[in-house]
Amino acid sequence: MTDYEAVIGLEIHAQLKTESKLFCGCDASYGAEPNANACPVCLGHPGALPVLNERAVEFAALLGMAIESRVNPVSIFARKNYFYPDLPKGYQISQFDKPICTGGRIALTRADGVAREIGVTRAHMEEDAGKSIHDRSDATLVDVNRCGVPLIEIVSEPDLRTAEEARLYVEKIRQIVRYLRICDGNMEEGSLRCDANVSVRPQGETELGVKTEIKNMNSFKSVERAVEFEIERQIDLIEDGGEVTQQTLLWDADRNVAVPMRGKESAHDYRYFPEPDLPPVALSEERLAEIRTRLPELPDAKRERFVSDYGLPDYDADVLSQSRDVAEYFERVANASGDAKAASNWTMGEVAREIRERKIEIAEFLLSPERLAEIIALVKDNVVSATAAKEVFVAALEEDKSPKTIVEERNLGQISDASELDEMIDQILKEHTVAVEEYLAGKEKAIGFLVGQAMRLSRGKANPQLLNKSLRQKLESMK
Amino acid sequence: MTPYRDYSEKRRLLASGELSLVENVEAFLARIEERRSLNAFTSVFADEAIEEAKRVEKKIADGSAGKLAGMVVAVKDVLAERSRPNTCCSKTLEDFVAVYDATPVKRLREEDAILIGRTNCDEFSMGGSNENSAFGPARNPIDETRVPGGSSGGSAVAVAANLCDVALGADTGGSIRQPAAYCGVYGLKPTYSRVSRYGLVAFASSFDSVGPMAKNVEDVALALGVIAGYDENDATSADVPVPDYVEAISQDAKGLKIGLPKEYFAEGLNAEVRAAIEGAAKALEELGVEIVEVSAPHTDYAIATYYLLTTAEASSNLARYDGMRYGRRAKGERSLAETYRASRTEGFGEEVKRRIMLGTFALSAGYYDAYYGKAQKARRLVREDFKRAFKKVDLLVAPSAPTTAFPLGEKIDDPLEMYLQDVYTTPASLAGCPGVNVPVGADAAGLPIGLQVIGDHFDEAGVLRLAKLIGERVGGARSSAE
Ligand SMILES: [Zn+2]
Repeated sequence: MTDYEAVIGLEIHAQLKTESKLFCGCDASYGAEPNANACPVCLGHPGALPVLNERAVEFAALLGMAIESRVNPVSIFARKNYFYPDLPKGYQISQFDKPICTGGRIALTRADGVAREIGVTRAHMEEDAGKSIHDRSDATLVDVNRCGVPLIEIVSEPDLRTAEEARLYVEKIRQIVRYLRICDGNMEEGSLRCDANVSVRPQGETELGVKTEIKNMNSFKSVERAVEFEIERQIDLIEDGGEVTQQTLLWDADRNVAVPMRGKESAHDYRYFPEPDLPPVALSEERLAEIRTRLPELPDAKRERFVSDYGLPDYDADVLSQSRDVAEYFERVANASGDAKAASNWTMGEVAREIRERKIEIAEFLLSPERLAEIIALVKDNVVSATAAKEVFVAALEEDKSPKTIVEERNLGQISDASELDEMIDQILKEHTVAVEEYLAGKEKAIGFLVGQAMRLSRGKANPQLLNKSLRQKLESMK
Repeated sequence: MTPYRDYSEKRRLLASGELSLVENVEAFLARIEERRSLNAFTSVFADEAIEEAKRVEKKIADGSAGKLAGMVVAVKDVLAERSRPNTCCSKTLEDFVAVYDATPVKRLREEDAILIGRTNCDEFSMGGSNENSAFGPARNPIDETRVPGGSSGGSAVAVAANLCDVALGADTGGSIRQPAAYCGVYGLKPTYSRVSRYGLVAFASSFDSVGPMAKNVEDVALALGVIAGYDENDATSADVPVPDYVEAISQDAKGLKIGLPKEYFAEGLNAEVRAAIEGAAKALEELGVEIVEVSAPHTDYAIATYYLLTTAEASSNLARYDGMRYGRRAKGERSLAETYRASRTEGFGEEVKRRIMLGTFALSAGYYDAYYGKAQKARRLVREDFKRAFKKVDLLVAPSAPTTAFPLGEKIDDPLEMYLQDVYTTPASLAGCPGVNVPVGADAAGLPIGLQVIGDHFDEAGVLRLAKLIGERVGGARSSAE
């Protein structure tokens, strides 16, 4: 049996989160009534002209900087000519031989711990096409809201070797564009789209095999499954003495199969030529330097810093750096409380749980990092117990009051007063003579039961350290 | 005849009350009606024009009127005017109504010009005789059996036949200058990017220029001053200050140094036209203007270069007329591809189809470098010809067209012969330089002869200043065709 190696390249389209479209003032956001966001420019009316949205250029440049591309001082828009009803002008304004970003790299770590570096060929700006809707009536309907929404297309080198790597690559791109706050990265809504080019060859072979293109993968899982499917299909085909034919496949996530696209595949001649309506995009050194100041710390750097500066375990640093918003929340809590590990525990624990349950983003989370830091301080200063702290946390979320006020109002303060604790201990020792005797007979574990009972009596408010200490002292003195 | 020589006189008469703007507009409307056989207009807005006249009269009376108050302007049917048909003289857009104003149109309106109607032209500005119009050809008012030139034929006719004060044309490779020459009026193609193209239906985007046509230089200068200047809606419009052209042309032109590019006087130039241009040059010399011969060695490549690049751009610019969102859609149930094919086959005329085919070919894989790529290089060479020339001289003087107006139907079946009419106008278009046609007398048949003044980028002031001198002191400029 021959061993095969897969060669995979990905093209990712990320919708840039600008307020207006790439070449007109229309609202670029998702979800409006069909055809509500349209004007003569994006409708391709006779005589209308495109004017470049500079914000989109800055977003594209930021991405280039984040993936270590060369951001070109001059790039050129070109027309890609083809006919389709959702393409009002009969051409898409894209970039061809002079893209804004050239080169670049993405670092991945596989589940087996192997680190991989994937090359990026280029990233270029282009406008999105409209949406053809085939299933609402006999006719095909066109929604032009998406026409002219800015996209950046990121083309990888054929450096990916497994379906897992393909998924990790898309996840990494998503993480980066979200860190940069230039794209939602929502694959289901289509703000992040991915096409894969897949071929296989015998291990050790240097020539590339015939490739196929897979489209319509609407989730990370789909990317992995579709690529896996196609690798296996091609290997089976070759093993059976067949040949791979160049074609475009559509991933059917419901059936877990890739099916050839309907209609005959004709090699398109897009007749690219420089867009005469737009001057070349020039980025001066000063402007590039200014844009670079807006480049945030990226996930890998953040993760390393969380370990070195805050002494967090690798696991915590990894989880917290997944999202920039989460990382920044954690960091504010850590800095305000001075206790990074507690901040990490709270952020990964209670905060993450609340966000999950409420189905919100951390940006919408109502408890400010400063208030959470106060709660952490209350625990540290023995004002409240860990259990009570959780109640304070929930209350602070609901009531928009300071944690201190909540502790006072709800009488959640921890009992650290020795005489008060002694009273409770005495009562417990009286009520649970069996456990006391067991302890005195050498059964150490019985103290746990007694502590639990005392805690219950205090309704969770007893200072656990003090309670433990006093109880043990009392029992020892009874020996 | 209009009872004034130019707009500034009209404005005085309007201000003093000696001229009623309503009556003036009514007179234009009557003459348009009288001369319907010229087929100069594709639509006329009589009622609106009279309403506008009333409104503007009030503004003149209360002192709030704009710079062009009461100037009656005809607009080539390729510039968008909100709520008015914008047919481009094509069947594909015969029912299309624009939803916005082109920037030059908007600027005219803001200065209280009265937009009286839309003028006939070659379909999508493709042609040099106005015969490629879905509405039939406009006719030359001097001899109605002859073409008015094109593509802005209707605009030239409307000016020459006194159907308006000023007309807007659009010039891609001579479409203002050549019909101005055939009809005996002034017509300016400004520097590329001087006037916004926003709302000008694109033929070839890197060439298209909007410019004014009139019976006198002063009105050309005045209208240019209004329509020129940066526009945030056109990324290619130049952010270069707009001088006061009216004041600029009042300055003396005699100190200028003029070049005659020898390649423009070679084979193919009609003897009477040559004599008229050379005579004008001589007369200038006698006035003390220095005249020297210069060379523009790449002039021979201009036509081929121009037709490769403009058809390439046109093939893409006209892709939007697919019958899907607006414009003509072929009737009957067909597949998507068949609907495209049938709609475009029905909608476009022969010349437009020919150019789309040429341009599609020039951009095709395997041919791009040999045609489009090479043509771009040739364009640079032509541009350098002008750069070199303008180091030596201030302005160039040349013929606007190789002949005078030819008979209708004479060249319609011979596209190449038709394209050769553009031989003297396409070089400046390739270089983006401004050029103006100046009427300089007539041939034996009484047909106007046109002289072209070409200037360096953004030197419309110089071009117009020399045009004025020639018009006043040299040429027998025809003021009308009556
Ligand atoms: Zn729009």
